[in-house]
Formats: sequence, structure tokens, C-alpha cells
Amino acid sequence: MQWLDDTRAFMRRDQVFDIVRPVASSGRVDTRHGPILYLEDVTVSFDGFRALDALTLYIDDGELRCIIGPNGAGKSTMMDVITGRTRPDNGGAWFGQRLDLLRMDETEIAQAGIGRKFQKPTVFPRHRVVENLELAMAGPRGVWSALTARLDRSTRERIDEVLEEIGLADQGRALAGQLSHGQKQWLEIGMLLMQNPRVLLVDEPVAGMTHQEMDRTAELLTRLAGRHSVVVVEHDMEFVRSIARKVTVLHQGSVLAEGSMEEVQSDPRVIEVYLGE
Amino acid sequence: MTVKMTPSGSATDLIPLAAHRRILHGDLGGKILLGLMAALIVVVPILNLAVPSDSPMHISTYAVTLMGRYLCFALLALSLDLVWGYCGILSLGHGAFFALGGYAMGMYLMRQIGDRGVYGDPVLPDFMVFLGWEELPWYWLGFDQFWFAALMVLAVPGTLGFVFGWLAFRSRVTGVYLSIISQAMTYALMLAFFRNEMGFGGNNGLTDFKDILGFSISAPSTRVALFVASALALALSYLICRAIVRSRLGRVVTAVRDAEPRTRSIGYRTDRYKVWVWTVSAMLAGLAGALYVPQVGIINPSEFSPLNSIEAVVWVAVGGRGTLFGAALGGALVNYAQTLLTAWLAELWLFVLGGLFVAVTLFFPRGLVGLLRRREGS
Ligand SMILES: Nc1ncnc2c1ncn2[C@@H]1O[C@H](COP(=O)(O)OP(=O)(O)O)[C@@H](O)[C@H]1O
Ligand SMILES: [Mg+2]
Repeated sequence: MQWLDDTRAFMRRDQVFDIVRPVASSGRVDTRHGPILYLEDVTVSFDGFRALDALTLYIDDGELRCIIGPNGAGKSTMMDVITGRTRPDNGGAWFGQRLDLLRMDETEIAQAGIGRKFQKPTVFPRHRVVENLELAMAGPRGVWSALTARLDRSTRERIDEVLEEIGLADQGRALAGQLSHGQKQWLEIGMLLMQNPRVLLVDEPVAGMTHQEMDRTAELLTRLAGRHSVVVVEHDMEFVRSIARKVTVLHQGSVLAEGSMEEVQSDPRVIEVYLGE
Repeated sequence: MTVKMTPSGSATDLIPLAAHRRILHGDLGGKILLGLMAALIVVVPILNLAVPSDSPMHISTYAVTLMGRYLCFALLALSLDLVWGYCGILSLGHGAFFALGGYAMGMYLMRQIGDRGVYGDPVLPDFMVFLGWEELPWYWLGFDQFWFAALMVLAVPGTLGFVFGWLAFRSRVTGVYLSIISQAMTYALMLAFFRNEMGFGGNNGLTDFKDILGFSISAPSTRVALFVASALALALSYLICRAIVRSRLGRVVTAVRDAEPRTRSIGYRTDRYKVWVWTVSAMLAGLAGALYVPQVGIINPSEFSPLNSIEAVVWVAVGGRGTLFGAALGGALVNYAQTLLTAWLAELWLFVLGGLFVAVTLFFPRGLVGLLRRREGS
């Protein structure tokens, strides 16, 4: 029983209570050895089916990485593991060298600096666009600070800036639920920008976008790399080609190939997976 | 004069600078509610105390007390709307917080009786003498002081709310399951309070009150004062709720209502927000109960009845969930309708109430307020 476990955890004498434990902060992310994300031997099974099968993957600090793979390859599941939504049966996941993602919960991971855009765009439908951005904004997340929070000038300017950047300047007042699919995608990216995380996980960002919108997304994501580490999952090959420096191909839950777009595209195994079905 | 049409720098104005600034901005219903309370506070005492009783303008003390009770129900509905309308937690046990606030006040009123009870014991309430108890149980200590009782009116429901919320929300109990355990909570409390050993008067509860703060509880002026206190409490609580829902905390809470996993994924500990709002709501419900008890003159375990909590949900639904003032309106109006109808429909009332709930759910999901707004919009 959960309550029983909670009580036991509460009674343990060899540890401090959650409330007084310092929240893992992005300042503690240690990337001296290069990678900012380490996934090692990660296995996730759903009723015996291995969605991730001993997946090992490293993402360097500041890099822009594209992850491709057929439907069901485990791309979204990988993001679930990194963000603490799904616990793997096996393996390790580290944020920098020191933060063990498997020992942190979803909120801690988000606060530590990993932001995510979901495959199915999820915004707060009954909040206005500006309010969605406000809620995502980096800053204290406590109840009392939320009660007394006020919106200062610099924050307002930041929100306006992001609105401009995601092309929703005219939609600021609209309810997020009324946006089109593509606009919701943009709003989610905008929420990521407000969160200002070290790592951005972006799941299928251009689904439902026009070519023009795709180009802007590509430009935006390339601009973000360097300041942030960006991991993009995408189906659209043209889009991937337009942004990718390094591509990882996932297949049946593990890495099939890794390298530049040209290398990956000429890899016979990749060709087989993509064309042989 | 130039009209600013630039898209930037305008939309963020929608987010209030700080919650306490211009708290009623754009809130017509709230202004009406507060205006009404102000008017009642001025007019009702005059019409009851200053206008002679043979004048057609006179309001009887009975009517004043009745209205005071409606205001208490409005406050209970308001507290329920805070958790249900804004945080999406459907409580079927808010009557428990109301009753606990009522009991805290009742204990104070019992101790005010002093040696004027049937058995004339200077300290022990009658029912304890009757049970053959020698001394006051420890948890009755302090209730002879009004300030202590007033504190307990908030602290007892607040503590129960906090503990319940902490256990339930941390374990991620939501939806129907949460509604059911909240109902179980009030039911369990009802059974407990029925027992004589609990020391709260068993199934008779607490009654035969004499004084409050030294004033006779049945005197018209006291009744009027209680009415005014209820109106003030409703107005103040409305402002508190409004400040909460207008703050960023309010926006987080509605985000939890609409998409809790998403709220968690941007770094909010949603369980803490829920516990906080739930606790505040429990305290407001307790306040409503505390004002209710001196006006009806009795508190007994039937106040914990699961049916009471369900009725409160109907009030909120009828008035308009997620609007605060609509809920308050529903609390007062439905009870007024009940008073009118019970004269000739006493047994049928629950069917009427049930029918009302079904009708509202099917035809006006936004309640009376939604209906009014639609009228206004068309
Ligand atoms: N919660 C779940 N329960 C059962 N199976 C799941 C669950 N989530 C994902 N899967 C399965 O795991 C596989 C990988 O899914 P996913 O990570 O969403 O793939 P994609 O690469 O298309 O994002 C799919 O076959 C999917 O059906
Ligand atoms: Mg996917």
C-alpha cells in the first residue's frame, strides 16, 4: 500500500524529510565529461513486450540531436524514461554525471532542468495563451510563492518576446484550447522556452504543420542548440535533414545506427528497416 | 489621442499584476454579491430592530435567522466551489468540515450555559452529568474561551482537511475514488459522533444554548448580530477565494483541474497545491458551520449525514460551478426554495433536488450563472 510505504519512509531515521532536502537544481548538473544525458542499458517492458531493449544513448551538452525510427520504435518511451514518467526495469539514466534520474520524480526532473514537448500537444486548454506561458516560466514552484507571485515588467517582456518568437503574438488572449493543432505545437515550444531548461526533449514537433511553419520550427530549434541541448524526435525526413547534425536511428527499442544524416541514410540496415517494411 | 494597437505588450495585461490588486476587476457577479451583503448588513438590522413590528416593512427575527442560515449555506457552497469548480476535486464530504466547525462552536455555547443546565453542574454539560461523568474530557478544555473556540472552528476542520488531503492527494487518489473516500470520511464521523462515549452528546448532539459572548442567544439583537456576522463572513470569504483564484496559485490549480500530469511535467508539485486548496476550503466550510449552529440552536451528528454533503454539491451545480458567486447564489437560492416547498412537499423534496440536479447537468451545465450569461450574450 502506498500509504504504508509513505509512513515507513516518513519514519526512517537515516534520512531527512523530503521537505528539507534541497531540490536538485540545474546548477548541480555536471557536464565536465561532455554528455549531459546518459542512458545506459535501459530496458522497459510492457506486459513482456520490450518497448526499450538495452538502449544506450549519450547526448552531449549543447548538441542538437535528432532521433528517428519507425512507429513503435520506442522514441516516446525513451522520453518518458528521461522525464520520470516511466520507470525502466533495468539500466541507468543520468542527468550530467551526478543526478540520477531514476531516483528523482517527474517534478524534480522538470525543476532540475529537463523540459519536454509531448507528441500529442498538451497545453492548458482553458487558460489563455499568455497564461500557459506564465505557468511554464522558470522560477519558484512552491505554493506560497505562487500565491504571492506577481508579474514584473521583465517577465511580461519575456512573455511578449516568446509570443513573438512562436508566432502567436496576435493570439495571446485566446484560450489555448481554441488554437489549431499547429499553433498548439508552437505554444508547447513556447512553454519550453519559458521553462528555459538545460535539455529540451521535443517529440514530433512538426506534425500538423505547413511547410512554412516547419521552416520556422527548424530555424528556432537550430537557434536553441548551443544554449540548450535539444533532442528532437521526428518522422519527417526532410525536416530532420534540415536541422540534423547527428542522427540516431532507433529500432525495436535499441540503437540501430548513429552518425550524420548521410552516413545513416546509406546504412543498409537502416534502409532495410525503412524501406523493407 | 493614439490607440495602442501593437500586438505585443497587450495580452500579458490580462494576467493580474498581483492577486490583491483590483480584486473584483471584471467580476460583475462578485460586485453584486458584495453589494448585496453590504445592503443586507445595513438594511436588515434597521428593518428588524428599528421598524415597529406592526409595520409592513418589519422583518421578523425568525426571517432574519432564516436568512442568516441561507448565508451559511452560501458560504459552504462557496468553499465547495473552490475545490470542485477550480481544482476539479468533487468532494462528497464537505458536510463533515461544516459539522466540525459547528461542533467547535457548539462546545463553546455548551460551556457558556454554566450552572443553568437541568442538573446545575457549574462545569459539566447536562449530557455528561447524565452519563455519570466526573470531569470534563481533556478535549473540552479551553472551549469556555471564545477565542479558543473561534480558533478551533478553523483549526479542527483545517487539520482534518490537511491530513485527509495529504494522504489522499499524495497517493494520487483522484476522481470518483476521491469522492467516495470523502463520503466515507463524513459517514465514519457521523457514526463516531453518534456514540455517547465520544463526549459530544451522542445522537442528541449539543443544544439548549443560552448565551453567546454574554448575550442571550435568542434576543433579536443577537440574532441580527449573527446575521450580520454571517454576511460579513460570506463577503470576506468571497474576497479570499477570489484572491486565490486570481493569483498564479489559482491558475496552477485550474491547470491541475484540466491537465494534472502536464502541470506536474512543468515542475509543479500538484499534490501540495491540492492539499493547500483543500485545507483552505475545509476551514471556510468550518466557519460556515460555526455561524450556522448558534442560529439554529443545535448541532447533532445528522449534520455529518452523507446526504448533506451531496446536497451541497447540488447547490453548487445549480448556481454555477467554477464561478464562486454562482455557487453562493445556489447555496442560498436552493435552500430558499426548500423552505418554500417543504411546506407542502416535505417528502418530495429530495426528489425535487435530485431532479434539479439531473436537469441542471443535462440542460444547463453552467448553472444559473451560465443561463444568465447566455441571456446577456444573446
Ligand atoms: N503505456 C504503455 N503500455 C503498453 N504499451 C506501450 C505503452 N507505451 C508504449 N507502448 C508500446 O511501446 C512501443 C513503443 O512506443 P513509443 O515509445 O510510443 O513509440 P514511438 O517510437 O512511436 O514514439 C509501442 O509498441 C507501444 O505500443
Ligand atoms: Mg512517439
